[in-house]
This record gives sequence, structure tokens and C-alpha cells, in this order.
Amino acid sequence: MNEERSNGKGFLVSEDRASIGKSIVVKGELSGGEDLTIEGTVEGKIELRDHVLTVGANGQIKAEVSAKSIVVFGQVVGNLTASEKVDIKEKGSVEGDITAPRVAIADGSHFKGSVDMPRREQTWNGDRAPLSSPNNDLVRV
Amino acid sequence: MTPGLVAAASDEAVYLSKTLSKILSEVYAQPKAVLIDLGPAIGSNISYLGERVGCKIHVEDLHADLDRHAREDMFDRLPEFLERRFSLINGSVDAVLCWDVFDYLGPAAGAVLARELIRLLRPGGLLLGFFAARQSEDTRYAKYFIEDESRLRCRFYMRACRRRGVLQSQDIDKLFQGLQLSDSILMTSRLREVLFRKRESGVSVKPSVADHA
Repeated sequence: MNEERSNGKGFLVSEDRASIGKSIVVKGELSGGEDLTIEGTVEGKIELRDHVLTVGANGQIKAEVSAKSIVVFGQVVGNLTASEKVDIKEKGSVEGDITAPRVAIADGSHFKGSVDMPRREQTWNGDRAPLSSPNNDLVRV
Repeated sequence: MTPGLVAAASDEAVYLSKTLSKILSEVYAQPKAVLIDLGPAIGSNISYLGERVGCKIHVEDLHADLDRHAREDMFDRLPEFLERRFSLINGSVDAVLCWDVFDYLGPAAGAVLARELIRLLRPGGLLLGFFAARQSEDTRYAKYFIEDESRLRCRFYMRACRRRGVLQSQDIDKLFQGLQLSDSILMTSRLREVLFRKRESGVSVKPSVADHA
């Protein structure tokens, strides 16, 4: 387990991930080079180019977000862009447009917006092809 | 396999569609296609449409809007609401999946929604709707889960908003006057699948009308 320590500003940091506690409000631009979990409130812009952003159950985000992967347990209002995946968990809420190669939206979650997934090379097999979504196991219906 | 409702449990049924494959294959053929889904956000549908069909999906959950209006006793204000509901620009959409939402609308709201969807469709764009062909006492509504290009899994849920009357073929044609009928198929389940195409100037589409009852 990574050793965690507080930086004295409500941020918990460890070797490779950080978190923003639920009493913390951040307004402005947030960027970083490690995975981040947000349990507090962030308004503005979040950029974690090669890392995972997790919006915890208490997290409230009103921001444009870009990251490698975005996992939402809490509430997000704003557009999400991920180079790998956006995953809205049960009870998670997103109002905004999602751009990501893979998107999972759990039953019980709330989503309002659009989803744009870059097309992969494949052939259309007509009406006999079974659903063979590569991340089907990740999608609860 | 016979089209229509082929397997039913108390709250779930498998439905074989004759038109879904047609609309999805046309969307697939269109680079950077844009599709509107008027049903609720269903994770597996979004994965299917995004990854497999390769289109951009706008989730416009009208069932949630209808339920809210029914719960707040504001159903008479639905036409006004629908006039302002869609922010997309004219002719920006390649396909619309209406599912059976029109069965839950009164004539005025249905007319407004149809007009709005016609406005959003690009010339040549497609609109698929399901319409009950007989009156039903069933107060549940169906969520349509896409299993593959022709198979839907319907799951039934209780809701505040109820079905209005049955729309006859001529009512449906009148509703979508700006569109050209491509396919109209009455399924064994007494559900009518209707596929419309927005006219492109100088192009005529011969409709296919079938009865699978």
C-alpha cells in the first residue's frame, strides 16, 4: 500500500495518486501527472492527460474534464474527454458530452448529453451478427 | 424465426425487429453519423451504437420528460416544452430512434415532436418509430435494449405517464408529412414498425408495406 500524507491543503497525496477531500472547493484549472480522486467540489477545468480521474460519491464537478480514464461515482456537469474510457457507475450522474473510445453507463446512473466514440475498423455483418462489444462485461443493464 | 414478440416473461420479452437492421446499417455506412435516441440512457445501447455502429449518439430521454410532466400535472404544457426541447441545429441528424414514444403523446405534443424531429433530420436521414396497433390495458412502458441488429430485449417498468390512443397508419403518415414512408410493418405482436426517410430533392423512395400478423 502506498503511504499517504496530507500536503496541508486538504489534498491527500501518495506516490502515484492524489485525492481532494470532500470539504475542499477548487475553482480554476486543475492539472496533474498522477491519478486523482475528487470527493470535494471542483469548478473550472481538469486535465490529467495520462492518468485516471475518479469522481467519488461525494464529488461534485462543474468542469471540462480530460484524462486517460474517467470514473464517475458522483456528479459531473461538463464535457468529458478520455483517451481510454469513461465509466459512469451506478448512482453516478453526468450531464455533458462524452468523447471516448469506450463508454460504460451503469443501470441506475444518470446521463444527459451525447456520446462520441471514435470508430474502429470493422465490418457490418447484417442482422445475424451477435452483439460483441469488447467491453460488454463492463456495462450493466 | 417469426418477427415480433417471440419470448415473454412477466417483465421482459425478446422482440425481433424488421427495420432496426436497416436503419443501423445506413447509419454505419455514413461517416461521422449522428443519431438521436429518444429512449432512456442504456449503457449497452450506447456501447453498441458507439462502438459497433460507429455513430455519435445524442441521448434525449423523452420518457423522463413525459413522466415529469405527468407527475407535476403539466401534461398540457408538453407541446410548449417540446418546441424548446432540442438544441441541435437543422439538418444535423442522420437518424432518430423514437422507439414507442409517440404512443404516450397527445395529438398536439405528437405534432410538435414530429415537426422538431423532421427539422433536425438531414435530407436522406431516417426515423424509426414503433406504434401500438391495438389498445392495451398494460400500463407499463418498455425500455428497448439492443441485443443485435435485429433483436431487442424489452424490459417493462411502471411509470407515471400512460399510453394515449392508438395511432392508425393514416395518423402516423399525417404526423410525419415532411417525410417519405420507407417501411411500414405490422408485427405479430401488433406493434407497427414505421421507417421514414427525409426527402432529398428529386429522389423518390418506394415504400415497403407488410403485414406479419
